[in-house]
Amino acid sequence: MAISRRKFLGSLGVAIGATTSGALSKAYGASNKHFKGHPDSFGVLHDTTKCIGCRKCEQACNEVNALDKPDRPFDDLEVLDQKRRTGESIYTVVNKFEGNNFAKKQCNHCQEPACASACFVKALTKDKSGAVVYDESLCVGCRYCMVACPFNVPAYTYNDPLTPKVTKCTMCLPRLKEGKLPGCVDICPKEALTFGKREDLLKIAWKRIYKRPEHYVDHVYGEHEMGGTNWLYISSVPFEQIGMREDLGVTPAPAMTAGALGTVPIVVGLWPVLLTGVYAISKRKEKIALQEKQVAVQDATDTATQKMNAQLKKLRETMTKEKEIAVLNEVKKALEEAAKEAQEAKAARSETADTDANAVDDTVDDAGNKEE
Amino acid sequence: MAQEQTIAQKQYLTPFNVVAGMIIIVGLVLTILRFTKGIGAVTNLDNNNPWGLWIGFDLLCGVSLAAGGYVTSSACYIFGLKKYHSAVRPAILTAFLGYALVVFALNYDVGRPWKLPYPIFYSQGTSSLLFEVGLCVFLYLTVLFVEFTPAAFEWLGFRKIRNWVLRLTLVLTIFGVVLSTLHQSSLGALFLIAPSKLHPLWYSGYLHVYFFISSMFAGMSMVIFEGTLAHRWLHDKMDDTHLAEANGVVLGFGKAASFIMMGYFGIKIIGIAVDNNWHYLTTGLGLWFFVELIVFVLFPAILYSVGSREKKTLLIRIAAVWTILGIILNRLNVSLIAFNWHLPSADRYFPSFMEIGTTIFIITLGVVAYKFVVTRMPILYEHPEYKEDH
Repeated sequence: MAISRRKFLGSLGVAIGATTSGALSKAYGASNKHFKGHPDSFGVLHDTTKCIGCRKCEQACNEVNALDKPDRPFDDLEVLDQKRRTGESIYTVVNKFEGNNFAKKQCNHCQEPACASACFVKALTKDKSGAVVYDESLCVGCRYCMVACPFNVPAYTYNDPLTPKVTKCTMCLPRLKEGKLPGCVDICPKEALTFGKREDLLKIAWKRIYKRPEHYVDHVYGEHEMGGTNWLYISSVPFEQIGMREDLGVTPAPAMTAGALGTVPIVVGLWPVLLTGVYAISKRKEKIALQEKQVAVQDATDTATQKMNAQLKKLRETMTKEKEIAVLNEVKKALEEAAKEAQEAKAARSETADTDANAVDDTVDDAGNKEE
Repeated sequence: MAQEQTIAQKQYLTPFNVVAGMIIIVGLVLTILRFTKGIGAVTNLDNNNPWGLWIGFDLLCGVSLAAGGYVTSSACYIFGLKKYHSAVRPAILTAFLGYALVVFALNYDVGRPWKLPYPIFYSQGTSSLLFEVGLCVFLYLTVLFVEFTPAAFEWLGFRKIRNWVLRLTLVLTIFGVVLSTLHQSSLGALFLIAPSKLHPLWYSGYLHVYFFISSMFAGMSMVIFEGTLAHRWLHDKMDDTHLAEANGVVLGFGKAASFIMMGYFGIKIIGIAVDNNWHYLTTGLGLWFFVELIVFVLFPAILYSVGSREKKTLLIRIAAVWTILGIILNRLNVSLIAFNWHLPSADRYFPSFMEIGTTIFIITLGVVAYKFVVTRMPILYEHPEYKEDH
């Protein structure tokens, strides 16, 4: 294996370290549990058909929460002519719609709040009382809750340089703890707002619809929207006509991000394995390529050497042969010469017999020297 | 004496320094305004539009365009493509500066920046995708810093610690890819929570996949683009190896980007089909979606493939710039243009001059820091004393 033990242990460390940090995020995707909201949590039923747009609730809200006073007084009903939303010192607004319909807007205190799910410091939490609570001391001010909120409720104090914060309806949780009603519910002169346990409010809402089907739209807004909200609405006109979106669906916000969050542990668990594997493969390929190269080079060298040796051997053989032939020729020549001389000597023997014998000896010596 | 002084002055008063200096002065004024008068004084943000240019560009585009770091280092160290070795250090440096500036820019955008460590060290909101982004960006910035240090150590002459850090290369690279996969995708997944606000053509259950896949070719395009700029202005800082390998990097990354972009184009179409959003294509925003997908994804993908087949680096360099513009367009579409699309135009957001000025200021800081490092440390060349070890 081309991958060293140290490197393997290293990547294992990455996997474990990242798994433990990734395991912190809950993957709701795998859960088949259906969350129906905190039992006995409180809420408010807003019967929009009873609302007359007096803005008393806005005033009460402003007072109990000690918010900044608005430029125009609360008894100025011309304000209703323009569409308004919640703001940094406006936790609730009443808007006027066609056909003299009114609807109050504030935080709906979702059962599974998008804002709380989106908050990366848990500054927003769902209290078991039903209220969605904000803790200023934790808030970094990223405003992701405002992006996440399907009802466009949270506001931000943008003009505060040092201690900006998110502002929204608290469902008057401090007052609830004192045994009091929320400010807006307390003051409403037309009983358009009913405070109670959400389960009871649902029954009341459906009872009213059942009793006067010609008066109400057959829907309780907030029963299922975005997984259900603790504020509920009934109306005599389609909810879209009183500024409430009907295309939000019933999926609670956390479920929308569950899939993406669920991939985190898988990526953390598998990526190091996959990547270490890829590394090992590429490393091994490199090693094999190197080995193959070495073998090929060795082969080529061997063949070349063999070939050269064979050629050399052949060459040597040819040369030896040629030399032998040359020697033989020389010897032959010498012998012929010797024979010739012997004949000549024979003819002249009669003249000098002594010198004749010496000449033959010399010729034989010469041939012997050449061979060496 | 007087002449020497003018020469020194001349060196400091280059057009680059003058322009950068002016932008930085303006940026400092904006910074003072932001932290004394509040976010409201310098931005056009409001309660309906809590995220503006500083998130849409500085964070989303910043992170995706800094993807060159993980793309290049994984190509070289994990996939064993050694011919990209000389591209790794510039890519890591750009990524490190990019992420550092993303975090720097966040200090302007969030209300109480001194609490930015809270999500990591004090109160973890683990159900939030922003938590995942925050944690991964924090860890990855650390990884990039460590990956960058060998160059600084070579410059400073700390041989021992430099060699020790180099031994971590593989582990850091793998960790970097894991973290990049997670936060690149999570930046897209941030918007999964708001299906009622993001236009259906951009909202998709695959949003996180789109962001991750597009970060790959964003990173490659940035490496090519940045290499082009460096060749134009910093040619003298490059060694022979870098120059010899540069064309290979352009051709290789061009080819890879072309492949991935074709795949990205495919999964974008699949996204429309899965949600059956075809009918939106005939609307105004549908046309805009077409512009993004055809003009800024498919067209540069074809440019890339032709360029790498014909070995025309100029074509690839044009494709790189085009792709980068496309990535910026996509991120701005998701975060600003197609976000809150149902709101009446009076309630829509457009950045203020001061927001744009701050963003330009932050980009300038990045360019100045890049220039500072590259002209001093062995980024575009190998340090002569460390050539032998690879």
